Amino acid sequence: MDFVTMLSMLTEGFVVTLQIFACTLVGALPLGVLVALCRMSRFTVLSALTRVYISIMRGTPLMLQLMFIYFAPWYVFGVQLSTEWKFGATIVAFVLNYSAYFAEIYRSGIQSIPVGQREAAQVLGYSRAQTFMKIIMPQVIKRIIPAMGNEIIVLVKDTSLAFTIGVAELFTTARAIVSSQGVLTAFIVAAAFYWVFTFVVEAIIARIEKRLSYYHD
Amino acid sequence: MTTQAVISLDHIQKRFNNTEVLKDISLAVHPGEVVSIIGPSGSGKSTLLRCATLLERFEGGSLRYGDVVVAENNDQGVAVYKGKEADQAARQRFGLVFQNFNLFPHYSALRNVMDAPIAVQKREKGEVEAQARKLLAQMGLEGKEDNYPCELSGGQQQRVAIARALCLNPQILFFDEPTSALDPELTQEVLKVIRSLAEEHMTMVIVTHEMTFARDVSDRVVFMDGGVIVEEGPAQEVINNPQHNRTKSFLSRYQQGSED
Repeated sequence: MDFVTMLSMLTEGFVVTLQIFACTLVGALPLGVLVALCRMSRFTVLSALTRVYISIMRGTPLMLQLMFIYFAPWYVFGVQLSTEWKFGATIVAFVLNYSAYFAEIYRSGIQSIPVGQREAAQVLGYSRAQTFMKIIMPQVIKRIIPAMGNEIIVLVKDTSLAFTIGVAELFTTARAIVSSQGVLTAFIVAAAFYWVFTFVVEAIIARIEKRLSYYHD
Repeated sequence: MTTQAVISLDHIQKRFNNTEVLKDISLAVHPGEVVSIIGPSGSGKSTLLRCATLLERFEGGSLRYGDVVVAENNDQGVAVYKGKEADQAARQRFGLVFQNFNLFPHYSALRNVMDAPIAVQKREKGEVEAQARKLLAQMGLEGKEDNYPCELSGGQQQRVAIARALCLNPQILFFDEPTSALDPELTQEVLKVIRSLAEEHMTMVIVTHEMTFARDVSDRVVFMDGGVIVEEGPAQEVINNPQHNRTKSFLSRYQQGSED
């Protein structure tokens, strides 16, 4: 196999990696807010259930969750597993798992906002929704960016776990090439892909951080 | 006085767990009146203000803003709040200035002042902006409109906070120790602004430790201690010639302080 063929195969794999990454963020970033709000809910049942959810998601391997969700339709309902479901199961597992981590980051951010901010908004007549969207959340986002950045960079590399259910992402492709060709070049190229990708993600996060540095509290 | 009170608090009782912090407090403030509430820490004066501004709920008594009834005692003498609509109607009547400003750090000075009138009162942007700029200028903050709170001194932040409260056109303005977080110099610039509001006959209730200021600016002074109003009356009389021993000893400590 020549280098160009290998590169184009790995690039195809990388596109899948990118899709897993993007879909996870699109799903888990908003879902995390919802989970955080449930976790902080005044309704003790809801808050307790959410706590259990977060505990399970963080307390068991993502690889296991991935396999569980992928195989569940077959073992539980007897539904034939399709190739599309591989990708679908990956996204479901990643979104569920990452929303638990994100939720705790959001919660730490929300709880770090001084109570005076809420009181000021309340006295000025803002509704609860307005207070959250206009006053609390913008400040939370600024505060949690370092922690979020960390988690998002872990996600870049976690996408390789989709290998376990045979999704043809970057790592799966690299491993297949290495096994068939008997040389490690594909691993080195894949590593370069991951490294450049995290580098770009870091740069984007740094840029967002800089854009929000127009104020400090 | 025949005019209707802007706010009337009647027989307010407030407990935190088993500690009674407000014991049967009644207070009415009439249009144009400036009332200062003084007293030692823990006397309940801030709690009273927080009850009046709906940041705390009281267990007994009634609260009215003009014709808006916020809470009223039932037959058992338990305060029953009328609900969200009454709360929201009341919030349109008063403004509150906090001890530590509580400006929104992510908004510029101008946006801090403009946002609530637009978002809450649904007023037109151009009109709100004109009023906000005028208020900031009145507070001596011309040229600071685009600055963020972190770029302003404490005194400037507190003046933005006053403008923010005024831009909603409240009938009454509450101040909760507005200068306690400021050094003497910054204190003076904030007091100057409050004094000018008093000259314009803005109705105000001020919780403060600035005795000279309370005497000079207010029509009436209320001295609180241990959750009750110990003494109240015309400002000059209460501060210069207190009747109760508790008031005397409290004020004498201040006079000693100011002579140092």
